[in-house]
Amino acid sequence: MYACSKNEEEITPEEKKITFSIPANFPTPAYNFEDNKLTNAGFALGKKLFYEARLSADKSVSCGSCHQQFAAFTQLDHKVSHGVNNCQGKRNTPPLFNLAWQKAFFWDGGVKNIETSPLNAITDACEMGTDIQTIVAFLKNTAPYPDLFKQAFGSTEINSQLILKSITQFTAVLVSGNSKYDKVMRKEGGISFNATEQAGYSLFKEKCTSCHAEPFFTDFSYRSNGLDLVSTDEGRSHITGQAADFGKFRVPTLRNIEYTSPYMHDGRFYSVDEVLEHYNSGVKASANLDVQLKSGISLSSTEKEQIKAFLKTLTDNEFIKNTLYSES
Amino acid sequence: MKLSQYLLALVCPIIILSSCKKSTDEVTPDAKSTFSIEFENQVNGSPLVLNTTTYKNAKGEDFKINIFKYYVSNIKLSKADGSSYLLPESYFLIDASKPESTNITLKDVPVGDYTKIEYTIGVDYARNFAGAQTGALDPINGMFWTWNSGYIFVKLEGTSPQSTDKGNALTFHIGGVTDPNNTIRTFATEINAANPLRVRTDGKPNMHFIVNAAALFTGKTDVSFATLNFTMGGANSVIVANNYASGLFRLDHIHN
Ligand code: HEC
Ligand code: HEC
Repeated sequence: MYACSKNEEEITPEEKKITFSIPANFPTPAYNFEDNKLTNAGFALGKKLFYEARLSADKSVSCGSCHQQFAAFTQLDHKVSHGVNNCQGKRNTPPLFNLAWQKAFFWDGGVKNIETSPLNAITDACEMGTDIQTIVAFLKNTAPYPDLFKQAFGSTEINSQLILKSITQFTAVLVSGNSKYDKVMRKEGGISFNATEQAGYSLFKEKCTSCHAEPFFTDFSYRSNGLDLVSTDEGRSHITGQAADFGKFRVPTLRNIEYTSPYMHDGRFYSVDEVLEHYNSGVKASANLDVQLKSGISLSSTEKEQIKAFLKTLTDNEFIKNTLYSES
Repeated sequence: MKLSQYLLALVCPIIILSSCKKSTDEVTPDAKSTFSIEFENQVNGSPLVLNTTTYKNAKGEDFKINIFKYYVSNIKLSKADGSSYLLPESYFLIDASKPESTNITLKDVPVGDYTKIEYTIGVDYARNFAGAQTGALDPINGMFWTWNSGYIFVKLEGTSPQSTDKGNALTFHIGGVTDPNNTIRTFATEINAANPLRVRTDGKPNMHFIVNAAALFTGKTDVSFATLNFTMGGANSVIVANNYASGLFRLDHIHN
């Protein structure tokens, strides 16, 4: 008997253990799975829910419809999010990675915990257009979900807390830290920047890191970079009620920027060229314009090319192509 | 020799303590029991009837109530000697449309005579930003803002002919925990020392509170529905919270 079971153990191939790995050049994360133990079954359930279109009102939209892996989990080519019944949201979908280091979510920082960040999409009339009761009822009555919840949490009980915790086991594990930039920083395998990239990196540190700070390429603050004289979207002041926050948005990460077009909170720019030209010549004197941008950031065409070359080193193909994160 | 001295020193206080307990005929100090609180929802002395009954605010304006829900949390009991006990994980959602929710049971409370009760009207700061919650704090209850993390502490919806909003609607969603628009309020009331809350292993007392929904609209600032009929956090929510902070709850009596 003993020998038998031992044999079996040897035969069954070891399933790859899902881990949350912290790149050596990253600081300590804000979310650490302390109250949400990461397991293979929890991750698998979270991923299945992430790609489950039947959760939405017209059964057409899943989290994955707006957060697409090939676009680093943003929505390719959509200025603003596109949800059920062809409804257009008001903001550009942010990419999803390195969320475990974020303390606030959404362009205006309104959401404060990664676990509760899917709730708005689920209930928003324009995103998935449904409510939690409906989702809980659907999952309770749809195989194989009760079994999957049992495997993940040890009970067939299905409630909003377990749904949100399992989705978080998927979204918080999404770590992008294997770009060329990261490898250069970690001095891995003798990889180094070429001359143009190096020149771009120097320019970037001089002109951009005060807001797009390494290693996340954002300092997570809320600022106006002068897109409009008067913003049509309140931005941060919607949350704080402070006039000084009107028209301010979270500084977005620039990791995987090659794949996350269009850009800005309303997706107004389709290319990095347009963005750079904005900093060079388009900055408007909005009431709360960041002081550092009072006279824009002048960039010659050579400098633009150098910065673009550097920004491309932030692309993490291992992340974009990791089948662990794909809809099976 | 030494050892037995130590032993004696250890045993002595135990003997003294245990004999003490006996003499005052108090139950063992770690005994626990249960008590309950009933929240009787009213509007200015009349029973709260949803959807149909017309009430008047302090400005004499008519209004009806369709939804009335509020959180009571972090219940703390104190004794005359100043010692107190905070009930762990005490989060309750009282919903006027669910009669069973208006009578809450508090278990595992150390027995004793309590002369003061206090609780948060709403939810403490930390839980507003915590991860996915369950029970009373489950977002399924419709008391969690998904676009601006945090709970709605008190929700009153209804109608008033004076309201200039669409459908004469009244929408009072009070919440928000950051200055200057922090709406967390604590309610505290002394209990008559002659008839304290007597939690006993063989006695499960009931506290009876009157909850006046109209308190949202009077107190520090009388609210006119012509000018204030919609708030979801922010400065106007603070006006309402300052009103209900002292006027919403009144301890009516205790059945020991
Ligand atoms: C209709 C498109 C759409 C769908 C469907 C959608 N999202 Fe989003 N998501 C967005 C948009 C747009 C935002 C930004 C909202 C804002 O800033 O106001 C966002 C923000 C987020 C964020 C915060 C990211 C950050 O960096 O701040 C997370 C996490 C997230 N969504 C997860 C999910 C999950 C999980 C689901 C499925 C339950 C989901 N989303 C479904 C469009 C969508
Ligand atoms: C004063 C702070 C600040 C500085 C300096 C700054 N940015 Fe930005 N950047 C922002 C903010 C804020 C946004 C988002 C604005 C919005 O959407 O309303 C942004 C957005 C972007 C975006 C769009 C990203 C996306 O996913 O939508 C790119 C690309 C970008 N910046 C590149 C740069 C580069 C390159 C530099 C240096 C030449 C730079 N920024 C300097 C604050 C700054």
